[in-house]
Amino acid sequence: METIGLAKRFKDVEALRGLDLVIAEATVLGVLGPNGAGKTTAVRILTTLLRPDGGRAFVDGIDVVAEPHRVRARIGLTGQDAAVDERLTGRENLDYVGRLHHLGPRMSRQRAGELLDQFDLADAGDRVVKGYSGGMRRRLDIAMSLVARPSVLFLDEPTTGLDPRSRLAMWDLIADLVAEGTTTLLTTQNLEEADRLADRIAVINRGSVIAEGGPDELKQRMGGSRIEIEVRDPADADGAVEALWPLCAEGCRVRRQGRVVTLPVTDGAQLVPEVVRAMDAAGIAIDDVAMRRPTLDDVFLNLTGHRADEAQDQAPEPARP
Amino acid sequence: MLRDTWTEATRNLRVVPRSPDLMIFALVQPVMFVLLFVYVFGGSIEIPGFATYQQYLLPGIFAQTVLFGSGFTGAGVAEDMQKGLIERLRSLPMSQSAVLIGRTVSDLVRNTVTFAVMLLVGFFVGFRFEGSIPAAVAASALLLGFGYAFSWIMALIGLSVSSVETVNSAGFVWMFPITFVSSTFVDPSTFPTPLRWFADINPFTAATNASRALYNGYSPGRDLLLSIGWAIGISVVFGYLANRRFARANRT
Ligand SMILES: Nc1ncnc2c1ncn2[C@@H]1O[C@H](COP(=O)(O)OP(=O)(O)O)[C@@H](O)[C@H]1O
Ligand SMILES: [Mg+2]
Repeated sequence: METIGLAKRFKDVEALRGLDLVIAEATVLGVLGPNGAGKTTAVRILTTLLRPDGGRAFVDGIDVVAEPHRVRARIGLTGQDAAVDERLTGRENLDYVGRLHHLGPRMSRQRAGELLDQFDLADAGDRVVKGYSGGMRRRLDIAMSLVARPSVLFLDEPTTGLDPRSRLAMWDLIADLVAEGTTTLLTTQNLEEADRLADRIAVINRGSVIAEGGPDELKQRMGGSRIEIEVRDPADADGAVEALWPLCAEGCRVRRQGRVVTLPVTDGAQLVPEVVRAMDAAGIAIDDVAMRRPTLDDVFLNLTGHRADEAQDQAPEPARP
Repeated sequence: MLRDTWTEATRNLRVVPRSPDLMIFALVQPVMFVLLFVYVFGGSIEIPGFATYQQYLLPGIFAQTVLFGSGFTGAGVAEDMQKGLIERLRSLPMSQSAVLIGRTVSDLVRNTVTFAVMLLVGFFVGFRFEGSIPAAVAASALLLGFGYAFSWIMALIGLSVSSVETVNSAGFVWMFPITFVSSTFVDPSTFPTPLRWFADINPFTAATNASRALYNGYSPGRDLLLSIGWAIGISVVFGYLANRRFARANRT
């Protein structure tokens, strides 16, 4: 799957400006970007739902604009909103999609059963989807996009809106799929998610790729984790910086901003107790100490020098009909 | 395409018995109208050529029932659009026109069931087939065909608005005038001129008159051809517009 210089504009918003993406077979590409970066637009073009204004896109070497029908036979799409029929049961939803893929009644039924088992929905399979939890719906939604064993799977923000537990479960599930060799394009706003699931990550901002590479490679460029402490008395902040210097690895700098003092760390929560002891020893009272992993915001700060999102010319995402 | 249409239609029909309230709701209104018009106004309304007011009224009620039944099409289409299901369907290697055709066909089946219940209600209050059975069957088929045509109008509305609620209000905006300013309940010759003029060109008047004549053993005259023409014309024009709109929705 490949896109070359993809461009798309909606009235006065340039959603994509020359987007280049490639996924090698049986790998996962994580497309990481803030809200409004153009992730969904790219997915919708690749899944034949939207025509690009410029550039080209191929799935399995097939042009999505010229031969949408052939592309549709090879892809599975799990969009941002769960696309399930709430009035049907889980099994009926799967069976229905199988029939629309022309698998035939017998094969559709069989595939529905397999997927219910695989996605841990066997018990709920004969209940109407209306009563499903958010996590169950999302699982069913993904199962529906796998009915015809697609050669490329598109997952558009599969964990957005899930509670932390369902999110972890979803990560395991996606990791399993990926282990089976499903070529996958996964979009996300969550750095940790891309890190966990993707073989390669493309960071996109305002419709084009601003960084691309393996997760480790990128994390290095993005800056690692850090420990932040909040001292009770602002007057102590300089003392805290002083006290933390010895814990700093080579080339690292302790920084302060108001009452918050930040210590970059390469790995590990094991430094947290040492930080607390150091403060104790220096007789500095602290209100808070926390380990912070780099977030998408940090990535953007590092890559672009400004924070994500608040790019002035981007309207907030409108509700699509 | 037939296979996809069948798959779509069965999806929609399968859920009908799961929400019997919708079906009941679709019947409450026409049943109330029957009771109201027959027992409250019925005594004071006499229409020449018809033995009882029932013989005149019921065909009109049947026509109104199938028309309102087509509202389900709009609501169903809007709901699929809202839920994102349409996005999935558009990414499948299926016949794209099967989505709307399956929807209208399943609503035709649903409408047929509602219609059958209303026929029974009609018999209950004294309505009879005064003509031949084939004529009565033709009259019923004509009305259902008319309901099918209006389903396409509702499908287009369902694709164009953003929520199920809007579809319902958008539907009533034109459904009420079209059914009331016609020969549905009373003879339009008593209307003031502009309304009578509207009632005369109203396709709903032609359909109601044609089926009323057939049920009562009269010749429907030119109303029959006229209403068949309307039903086919509306289906073709709005079927085309709705499918075009569907193909383009969100694709620009
Ligand atoms: N159908 C549309 N009409 C108008 N603007 C749109 C439409 N879809 C997306 N946009 C705009 O395009 C930009 C990119 O949107 P999107 O691809 O949804 O971003 P993401 O999925 O990364 O959050 C946003 O500014 C959004 O407002
Ligand atoms: Mg999005």
